Amino acid sequence: MDLQKLATSRRGFMGLAAGGSAAMALGAAAKQAQAQRTNARILIMGAGAGGAAIANRLTERLDGAQITVLDGRPQHWYQPGFTLIASGLRKADYAISSTEQWLPRGVTYVNEYAAELDPEANRVTTTGGQRIDYDYLIVATGLVLDWDAIEGFDLSMAGPQNGIAAHYASPEHAELSWQALDKFTDEGGVGMFGRPATEMKCAGAPVKLCFLGEDIATTKGNRSKCDFIYNAQATNLFGVPVIHHRVRQIMDERNITYRYQHVLKGIDLGARTATFTTPDGDVTDKWDFINVIPPQRAPQVIRDSGLAWADRWTDQGWIEVDMHTLRHARYANIFGIGDINGVPKGKTAASVKFHIPVVEDHLVSEIAGREGTRLYDGYTSCPLITRIGRAMLVEFDYRDNLTPSFPGVIAPLEELWISWLMKEVALKATYNAMLRGRA
Amino acid sequence: MEEFSLMTLLAVFEEMFGRGLFWAMVAVAVIVTLGYVYVLVRDRAMSMRKFLLAQLSMPVGGVAAVAFVMMMTNSGFADIGGPIDWIVLLGVFVAGAVGFAILVYVIQSLVRGKEADI
Repeated sequence: MDLQKLATSRRGFMGLAAGGSAAMALGAAAKQAQAQRTNARILIMGAGAGGAAIANRLTERLDGAQITVLDGRPQHWYQPGFTLIASGLRKADYAISSTEQWLPRGVTYVNEYAAELDPEANRVTTTGGQRIDYDYLIVATGLVLDWDAIEGFDLSMAGPQNGIAAHYASPEHAELSWQALDKFTDEGGVGMFGRPATEMKCAGAPVKLCFLGEDIATTKGNRSKCDFIYNAQATNLFGVPVIHHRVRQIMDERNITYRYQHVLKGIDLGARTATFTTPDGDVTDKWDFINVIPPQRAPQVIRDSGLAWADRWTDQGWIEVDMHTLRHARYANIFGIGDINGVPKGKTAASVKFHIPVVEDHLVSEIAGREGTRLYDGYTSCPLITRIGRAMLVEFDYRDNLTPSFPGVIAPLEELWISWLMKEVALKATYNAMLRGRA
Repeated sequence: MEEFSLMTLLAVFEEMFGRGLFWAMVAVAVIVTLGYVYVLVRDRAMSMRKFLLAQLSMPVGGVAAVAFVMMMTNSGFADIGGPIDWIVLLGVFVAGAVGFAILVYVIQSLVRGKEADI
């Protein structure tokens, strides 16, 4: 342990001493001893969950690397918390922290976005005109929400005055979404929920908000005044068949109407109608409350860079990485973490948690002159909240297999209090520990 | 979860309560335990009278612990879904009950001293 490291962890060390255990100090010392010496220039695009966590991991694993983190947003958002904010259990500030506080000392943080990425020249130019050359690039930009794709909609419409929710947009919009949902569950009417037809982050969140709305209306004694309609983009309510059937069963039990292949195309605020594209042509319906979740795509700079798949998700632009190693198929010095990856499943923070050790292993191994061995099997998880106080801890992989972390203890398809406790209490703590490179 | 170790657990608890509060709670638990050991060693016996009051106070500690957890997590008894939920609930109750009983025993011993028992 060098002196700086000891200084930063002194409080932790004192705490441990009080607790009567030196295990953590020993563990840290052992890890530090393995640090690989290098002078590689590593650029991390994006300082969200994936970018911050890998920066912390690489700082620990590598000695002498020049690590640069590029992200234009000074705020870090704990996005798994948006559902709790949109259901009135938390305020917007629950999900807000500063990007900088999660980054380790010793990395260069450039508070700008990328304007151009040239993978042939190994170079990124920032919006401020700064040129950053790299030996290795980790793309962890996340995705962008294409609000303009919803005709007649503008984010400024969100809020209780219009009955419009947009809980994916930001912590503040999640809070406005709660005000809209609160008003709807007081006054009644038709509530529209649904999801876009593109790949999306946390495919469970649109369903959760619908379930939570129904539960809140029931608790208020206003359920009979409210209609709940869930519009699915495909012929299922969830991409994993066994989970789809369970969600459908719960929707049946709770009298939530569901419609397949209904994709939100546009809204008319004046008429309070929404238009959906369906296989049988457009359908227009009235609403009193609507949760708008737009199509989701890779940021433009990534779509322009040549990193995207040429023949898959062409309207979305996810990068062409190997689904098991997360290394780019055409540029061996480029890796992807999180939502930006063009892999079949999992744009969630849980996926990020499992992307990180794989990318860390392959990158550090390559620098050390070895071959990386760790593989990502598509694991992702979703505490699928069904009521305030209950959730199903669904976990699955690329093959649509259920992969419960606690088999025989926490049943994946059962609505449990313990799964709710995990989401409500333990998830943010686990997430924060992940960001610091400790989980 | 991957690589779920003691280290991860400590990190998660630190994040959950904040590093200061978590270790303060650990410290309180350690102090109460040490206090218990101290009075046992000092008195060279367990006082059954103090133990009786400690036992009688157990339900109070258990109920308080369950109420605290329910309040902190926006949940209620209607949310208890499966066997694991009952086990967790029972665990919370037992932890609260035992912790409170030890606390009551230690406080009695420290306040009333050894003689009060005779």
